[in-house]
Amino acid sequence: MATATFEEISASDFFYRNRDIAGFTNPSRAVFAAIRELVENSLDAAETSKIPPDIYVRLSFESEATKDTQIYKLRVEDNGCGIQPRFIPSAFGQVLYGSKYKLKQMRGTFGLGGKMAVLYGQITTHQSAFVTSSTGTAKIYQFKLMMDIQRNRPIILDRKVQINKEQWRGTIVEFTLEGDYLRAMPKIIEYFKQTAMVNPYANLTFVDPKGRLYKFTRGTTDMPAPPKETDPHPYGVDVELLQRMIQITTEKNMLDFLRHHFHRVGEITAQKFLDFAALPPSKNPKRLNHEEIVKLMQNMKKFKDFLPPDASCLSPLGEELMRAGIQKELNPEYLVVLQRKPSTYAGHPFIVEMAIAYGGDVPKRGCFVIYRFANRIPLLYDEASDVSYRVITGMNWRRYKVAPDMPIAIVVHICSTKVPYKTVGKEFIADRPEVRREIANALREIGRQLQHFLSRQEHVHMEKRRLGVFSKYLPKIAEFSAKLAGRERLPDIDKLLKSVQKYGAEEESEHSETEE
Amino acid sequence: MEQKKKASIAKRKNEVLSSLKKFGTTIYDQLDQGNFPTINMPSRSTENINYDPTLRQYILGEKSVSRSARNIRHVKPFTQLAWAAMFSNELTSQRKTSTLRDVYYSAQAYEMTFTDQQESNNIITDLETLTGFAREDFNIFPEERSAIFGDLTIGYTVPGYEGKTLNLTSHPDGVLIGPALTSAEFVSTKADKVIAIEKGALFTRFIEENVHNKHHSLLISCGGQAPRQTRSFIRRLHDELNLPVFILTDGDPWGMHIAQVIISGSANAAHLRDLNTPDAVWSGVWATDIIDYKLPTDPLDEVDIKRLYELQKDPRYQNDPLWQREIKLFLKIRRKAEQEAFSRYGLTYIVDEYLPTKLKGAK
Repeated sequence: MATATFEEISASDFFYRNRDIAGFTNPSRAVFAAIRELVENSLDAAETSKIPPDIYVRLSFESEATKDTQIYKLRVEDNGCGIQPRFIPSAFGQVLYGSKYKLKQMRGTFGLGGKMAVLYGQITTHQSAFVTSSTGTAKIYQFKLMMDIQRNRPIILDRKVQINKEQWRGTIVEFTLEGDYLRAMPKIIEYFKQTAMVNPYANLTFVDPKGRLYKFTRGTTDMPAPPKETDPHPYGVDVELLQRMIQITTEKNMLDFLRHHFHRVGEITAQKFLDFAALPPSKNPKRLNHEEIVKLMQNMKKFKDFLPPDASCLSPLGEELMRAGIQKELNPEYLVVLQRKPSTYAGHPFIVEMAIAYGGDVPKRGCFVIYRFANRIPLLYDEASDVSYRVITGMNWRRYKVAPDMPIAIVVHICSTKVPYKTVGKEFIADRPEVRREIANALREIGRQLQHFLSRQEHVHMEKRRLGVFSKYLPKIAEFSAKLAGRERLPDIDKLLKSVQKYGAEEESEHSETEE
Repeated sequence: MEQKKKASIAKRKNEVLSSLKKFGTTIYDQLDQGNFPTINMPSRSTENINYDPTLRQYILGEKSVSRSARNIRHVKPFTQLAWAAMFSNELTSQRKTSTLRDVYYSAQAYEMTFTDQQESNNIITDLETLTGFAREDFNIFPEERSAIFGDLTIGYTVPGYEGKTLNLTSHPDGVLIGPALTSAEFVSTKADKVIAIEKGALFTRFIEENVHNKHHSLLISCGGQAPRQTRSFIRRLHDELNLPVFILTDGDPWGMHIAQVIISGSANAAHLRDLNTPDAVWSGVWATDIIDYKLPTDPLDEVDIKRLYELQKDPRYQNDPLWQREIKLFLKIRRKAEQEAFSRYGLTYIVDEYLPTKLKGAK
């Protein structure tokens, strides 16, 4: 029997070996994922400083790599908050380092995406990455970086400082990677289109390797209210998080620990909970042993009297902005948008926003077009596994007078401090009963509004058609009957034509007509 | 006698024209008074078609349908009907003829396109139902033609032939029963009976064998199921010239029914009169003949048998015991025979032996 050897691997080594789970499955997915991760970082960076984002993405051809793949240079520029120079190397050269471990709604959740992209570039092309950034101070910093994968540490190859004459603020990331743009192209273009739809206040520019320019111009400068940072809710913590919180806390007793580190826990609730958990309020949290921490976590889940989390930590798009974004990208004939009230699953607050667009530029595919978003990120893969797809296809649409061949697009946006993704690749949302119920309720409500629109439209259409029929045929009947009766003058039918508009004619005869 | 016959064609034509004019005037007046024009006519649905034992044909019952130009679903067919009436009026008064196919295309000149031939045929049937006249009266004729041969002199009424006469023995293949012939007046005849024959081959044999002289008869080839104009022509021969009518068909359910339609008419023509000749007689080939003459036969196949059971229940087969007797016999022997089967006894046997027996009225 061989001796098993155990070795510790670093976080970057782990992702190097398991890049599939982060979405870098194949050369085509890798190009898509790299662009997506960097664009999302840029959007977050701009929103943090409350400026409407201006993002420029250029993918240019460098050389052939294999039969099906090429080496590309990817450059992403933004006008976001910028990164302080001392954080730049770690921000792009160290996996699992980031600003995203606090609890508020952000696009990324693992502090993984941008670094993963750079890491992927390095392992496929062995070239360094360039990061240029300024927080709007007098200086611009430029770093040439590589990553020490085994040690998960950045290696700074070069560092330059420039004078920031124009008070530029933002970040530019540039690196090379191997990929297959031709196959990735449809998804990438779709990604930009949908990102523009759900971020109507952003300017997005993309220049592809063939030199084609895709420009998505903002339709508004209004931005959703930024999310507030919150403490974790007791229902949503695990043992690991509890341990970390105990490590950093300065509180000396359990009562204060609960009051100051947990969302919506006040003195009374904390007292009640400690009774329930049979813990003395004066106990020092740092004295809890491992078993007690596990017990504490279990009791938190069992305790019924915690107040539900509030949604101040969420930043939904809002009905106005959602309407603006969809109007801009789909130009529909009819649009209804709806924001549901906040709800929670497992201690995590979430909000479902939904819209139905009918006609205009909505494609007619023989089935609904579904646009899925989570925390303002378009979800483009694995549609059929997504909970919204299941809810939408499970609805009895005939009740709403909706037929599958109508030009209908359904937009679902779920925002949460923790979007219940099924995979690290963040492509589809798990079927949680609480989430499913919210989606279904939203769908029913906008479905009813669509139904009203459709029946009104059908009515107008019928009226028009009816008028058309009568004004086509009545003059002919007049002509034929005059000829038959041998009269020179045509009978006067103006009165009849007017009456058709006034009270309408019967739709059905009382007698049934049978032709043999 | 000659006088009366001439009048029959002219009088019928006037009736046709005045019924069309009446229809037009009704619509015109309703429109002019500011009302949506509405018309009523008997329903042609299956439950409204009844067999009338007195008239010995199918007739339409009491149920009626109304068509109103106020109803969005009726306004198009209503307009089509008005157009069809106007078109028929032009045909009849200008003495032009047309076909159902013609009607379908002519409508397009008035931006009145019919969806298909069936739709335009239905409208013509509506016009027949409404006026009680057959489409042939409006000079709309079918494509199928049958033929007549025998000593009958007719006087043409079609444009360019007025006053001309023709004796129907003048061509040995017979004369087509077409618009010119059916609109002609009867001048004189030496015949004392009509023999209608299912198939052209036997019709030719009869001419060759001089049946028209030997039996003083007018011979008609039906060409299978007799066209409506032929059926109406047979009715005129019977009514106006008082000639008895004998029908010879194949000895099978289909031949039997060809005879029956000449005698009792069809359900599809329940809205019309004078298309059938109730006094006409089916002379053969009977199932009885198959046995009596030991004719060469074929077995009845499944559809034949199914058809026999249908006919057994058909009201038209109830008034004469002959029908039921023959149906039962067919079902018993399960054989059928064509008219040509008599040729086993030589080419002239059917004329010399079979026909005289039949014309005497064998039961």
